[in-house]
Amino acid sequence: MNTVDSALRGTAAIAAMFERTRLEGRSAFLPYFPIGFPGYQESLEAIMAMAETGVDGFEIGMPFSDPLADGPVNQAAMQIALENGTTVQTCLDAVKALRDRGVDQPMLLMGYLNPILAYGEEAFVKAVVNAGADGLIVPDLPPEEGALLSGLCQKYGLALVYFLAPTSTQERITLVAGQATGFIYVVSFTGVTGVRSELPDDLTEFISRLRRQVNGVPLVMGFGISKPEHARLVSSIMDGFIVGSALVRAGREGTDAVRELSLSLRQALN
Amino acid sequence: MKEQASYIETGAADVPDARGYYGDFGGRFVPETLVPALDELTAAYAEAMADPAFQARLEFLQRTYTGRPTPVSYAERLSKTLGGAQIYLKREDLAHTGAHKINNALGQALLAERMGKRRIVAETGAGQHGVASATACAMLGLECHVYMGSVDMERQKPNVFRMNLMNAEVVPVESGTKTLKDAINEAIRDWVTNVRDTFYLLGSALGPHPYPMMVRDFQSVIGTEARAQMLEQVGRLPDTCIACVGGGSNAIGLFHAFRDDEHVELIGVEAGGHGVSTGEHAARFGDPNKGRPGVLHGSKTFVLQNGDGQIMNTHSISAGLDYAAVGPEHSYLRANERAFYTSATDEEAMAALQLLSQVEGIIPALESSHAVAEAIKRAPEMSRDSIILINLSGRGDKDLETIMRTVGNE
Repeated sequence: MNTVDSALRGTAAIAAMFERTRLEGRSAFLPYFPIGFPGYQESLEAIMAMAETGVDGFEIGMPFSDPLADGPVNQAAMQIALENGTTVQTCLDAVKALRDRGVDQPMLLMGYLNPILAYGEEAFVKAVVNAGADGLIVPDLPPEEGALLSGLCQKYGLALVYFLAPTSTQERITLVAGQATGFIYVVSFTGVTGVRSELPDDLTEFISRLRRQVNGVPLVMGFGISKPEHARLVSSIMDGFIVGSALVRAGREGTDAVRELSLSLRQALN
Repeated sequence: MKEQASYIETGAADVPDARGYYGDFGGRFVPETLVPALDELTAAYAEAMADPAFQARLEFLQRTYTGRPTPVSYAERLSKTLGGAQIYLKREDLAHTGAHKINNALGQALLAERMGKRRIVAETGAGQHGVASATACAMLGLECHVYMGSVDMERQKPNVFRMNLMNAEVVPVESGTKTLKDAINEAIRDWVTNVRDTFYLLGSALGPHPYPMMVRDFQSVIGTEARAQMLEQVGRLPDTCIACVGGGSNAIGLFHAFRDDEHVELIGVEAGGHGVSTGEHAARFGDPNKGRPGVLHGSKTFVLQNGDGQIMNTHSISAGLDYAAVGPEHSYLRANERAFYTSATDEEAMAALQLLSQVEGIIPALESSHAVAEAIKRAPEMSRDSIILINLSGRGDKDLETIMRTVGNE
């Protein structure tokens, strides 16, 4: 982890991450893992284990009772995390604990909007900065509704990631490219998160169409990436990719399974 | 009623604005994949509403298939029993399928057909919206998939069977609390996945824009008819309109036509469950600790939630009111003090159901019984020349099992 400039935080840290992976001629690998699954300590251990395999950054999940953009694997994990008593504060504490234990890759907190509103938007953004995270991913917040949170993130130097999907029109691509900070999360399919065995054929065409329209904002792909061969394929066209459900599934078996999958995905990029 | 010129109100309402906001409430809090679909739906809906042929077809089916207009009945013996205000009932229980839900299901199914989307997904709690959707789809020859929590499927077996009879697939939902809110999550996930060829037929005045507006407009036939019927039968408007509020579609359908009649009081009745103080209820407005503005299912509105913003489990004897959020226009009407909201407990609703059955020969749905319960509280305090209009949103046949369990042994 000595490759990471830990003096940088927030949007700047994420930009530095992409600069480095671009120099290395590969995609950034951003694993997703929820706090509190299967338990609080186990989730920290899983994230630390992945950090040691040389991943480039993290999407850290905050549980919500009604995660309507998530598939069955992530829903079940969030449910377990909530039953364990995981709260927004627990997740903020987890980020702080991970920083204290030496994890210095960029971290983006992924959570649905209602718990953020309940915490208070400005209080939440400040707490995220104090905990040491670098950005936010809010799947039920399209840019039209994001003005307040966007302004706060800008004020405190956090990235606020927005999404694009294969259904996005020209107009929306322009809108999202103008609003997104950190990167744009490209949904590879219409659908929810989950494990799939193949990537769609017309992906390359879709991505090169996006490239021409987003003025250099990094493009990160998520939804349905689970295997080293997916990672290699995606790495040839994307600035980064997120693996979620497959790692959460491995998390049921324990830290070793998470470490092993994370390592195989990371090595596929060498 | 002699003439039925236009059943649907368009353009006359001052809310929502172009972004789907009712004051501070409403909006569109959905994953990016759905935004283009909601844009497409908004445009298609505006186009359909401006097309006289669409309006004429809807009006024709409302008249010849649903059985509209539904009557307004004078509840003479109930009024005498209570000894105060004169009570009138808008009889949505007499609409085809036995509840107001068909008004919206038919309107949206016609819109889906017009958009060329022949695969329909819907959610249902008690099964009334599922049945209404299955009905409209069977009549129009559309493919229908209804998401229903496995707990609700167990509670509402006859409705599951009715949907199957009409060729709809009922998909059990095993996630979360296995009830209505999880069925909505699952229906939205299906829509996100199959968005290009699928129409989401949402059953109440909630969710992301344009749903709260569209459902209100399709339900506004209730109030438009009732207002004209009161003028014709009684010669004046009611003093008070009362409706139960789950998501709030039957209430907004009644209230909408009266919104500019400032002297007509509008009262919504939430599910008080075991009592608001017990915490086991669905009173979003009635419980100031847990009912707070938040975002659920794509809309900013009052939501029952814990301190951490997690959505709370709700309880009501009536599955149709058993939901943690309320349609955004109700939050707006309440903030503006144009409408007022109260609650009735399970017990009060059951007592109201029995009284209406005994003195009027009408067995109301448990949902509608909450509105009747509020009238029972108010009428004795009102003068004999005052008038209450209750929206009797559905009939109680679907609830017989619950009713038997609760009162059968008394």
